[in-house]
Amino acid sequence: MGRSEIEIVLEAPTTVGALKSMIKLPNGETLNAVSRTQSIMAAVDQEMVDDLAMVSVASEVAFFPPVTGG
Amino acid sequence: MYRSILIQVEDFSLDAALAELKMQSGLAGGLCFFTGAVRNSNLDEAVGGLYLEHYPGMTERQLDQIVDEAARRWTLHGAMVVHRIGHLKPGDNIVLVAVSASHRGEAFDACEMIMDYLKTNATFWKKESIPDGYRWVEARSSDEAKATAWDA
Repeated sequence: MGRSEIEIVLEAPTTVGALKSMIKLPNGETLNAVSRTQSIMAAVDQEMVDDLAMVSVASEVAFFPPVTGG
Repeated sequence: MYRSILIQVEDFSLDAALAELKMQSGLAGGLCFFTGAVRNSNLDEAVGGLYLEHYPGMTERQLDQIVDEAARRWTLHGAMVVHRIGHLKPGDNIVLVAVSASHRGEAFDACEMIMDYLKTNATFWKKESIPDGYRWVEARSSDEAKATAWDA
């Protein structure tokens, strides 16, 4: 997604889905818009989650493409 | 049950892994090994090499959970997973899954399940060098289907 790390200050806990609408990529699109055409996985504090998962003000959240190990 | 989970840049030795698994897991009657190596082509294009990334901390824990799941389904003496990261050339080893059990059936099944889960449930990503530059490898639906078949 073009970025390795950003810091977002949350005033209150939110959801992964809501966070996707707050994150803008270098081309101006939100992560939420991109996720309509590309599969984007999410982890909160290093656990895989879906868009409904809660994000606390101190969470580590990661967004990444489908995995391709092995 | 013995377990060893390693994510490393260095190559691994099958002989050393076999000796370690035999020594650590007692008198297991069946030992099953799978090794994946870098291919020299993908999607009809020549591949000059791979670059592998992971998510430090999370990936190790996912591999641990995958071994937990195998140990829940079968009676295992030992399980080893070694996954390499960084720059690899065609022919290089990428991954080793080795399982020991009393009999071959459990060893074969557990080894295959660990490998199928690892392909879809562990945060590794591959970037391959092709004649035009490079591309990130996309997930295959056939891998997803193999992994979910274990849940049926």
